[in-house]
Amino acid sequence: MHELPATQGILDIVLDAARDAGATRVRAVDLVIGDLSSMVDDSVQFYFDVLGRDTAAAGADLRIRRTRAQVDCASCGASYQVAPPLQPICEQCGALTIRISGGREFFIESIEVDE
Amino acid sequence: MKVPVVREILKANDQVAAENRSQFDAAGVTVMNIMASPGAGKTSLILRTLASLPPSVVPAVIEGDIASSIDADTIAARGVAVVQINTGGNCHLDAPMIRTALQHLDLDRTSLLFIENVGNLICPANYRLGADRAVVIGSVAEGHDKPYKYPGIFASADVVVLNKADLIDAFDFDVEYFEHGVRIVNEHAPIIHVSCRTGAGVEGWMAWLLAQRPVTV
Repeated sequence: MHELPATQGILDIVLDAARDAGATRVRAVDLVIGDLSSMVDDSVQFYFDVLGRDTAAAGADLRIRRTRAQVDCASCGASYQVAPPLQPICEQCGALTIRISGGREFFIESIEVDE
Repeated sequence: MKVPVVREILKANDQVAAENRSQFDAAGVTVMNIMASPGAGKTSLILRTLASLPPSVVPAVIEGDIASSIDADTIAARGVAVVQINTGGNCHLDAPMIRTALQHLDLDRTSLLFIENVGNLICPANYRLGADRAVVIGSVAEGHDKPYKYPGIFASADVVVLNKADLIDAFDFDVEYFEHGVRIVNEHAPIIHVSCRTGAGVEGWMAWLLAQRPVTV
């Protein structure tokens, strides 16, 4: 549900960028979504198809690159990537001394357009 | 043809949040964005806080709900300025909603504003409102695994309040596990145990709250 206003934001940015580039049609949108940002790919695509229906971005393909959260362990130095639900201990050494960062990205990288 | 864009999708919201923030700063208002799941105790914590504030602090409340004005009515009955936002199904408050609500508040006569977000542990974390601090309430009755399942909102917290602490034993609530879950995604946020029902621990929350920027007029 919360993908709806977020997807409106995507469409607004895409149409602005297409207009600035003098494009007539948007073929594809390259998106980056972090695994901790609580956005569901299929929902974003669904709302994009509905909201974009009568625009230059109608039918555009959303190419979503997922970024995961990063775990760093202070005990063994392990560094690896995870998605929720998070685990309380280091998957390498079992220590509790982990810190989790990143995974909250939500931005548009580029669009592909017809001139 | 590929066109580089590189824009944060929620930037339009963040822009309005920054404008809200300027309004708050100009009027000297300290603002708390209170986030939690439904029933965790957002309204209860606000009511406890209102009853414990020194007279020099002038509070106001913005209530966000999908529908109804039950919470706003409860707060208005205490003689506190309150604005109800009904999101009409939207699952979080966003910065433009706050901007609209501010038209109904006298910021110059307010020193501490609580924004009670829609009950939800997911998307409120993504929408900045212009508040000074993000307050995330977890409650014992929800279970100790919430930080592991909803890390985004706990990562965004400036303080985590664990409410219904009087029920820790009854629910076999593993405090250490909960606090560890907060700590792995959020190194610095204090974790404060309270019971809004009994009042236990509320003084610890008040001490934290009153230490945040000047909250007196």
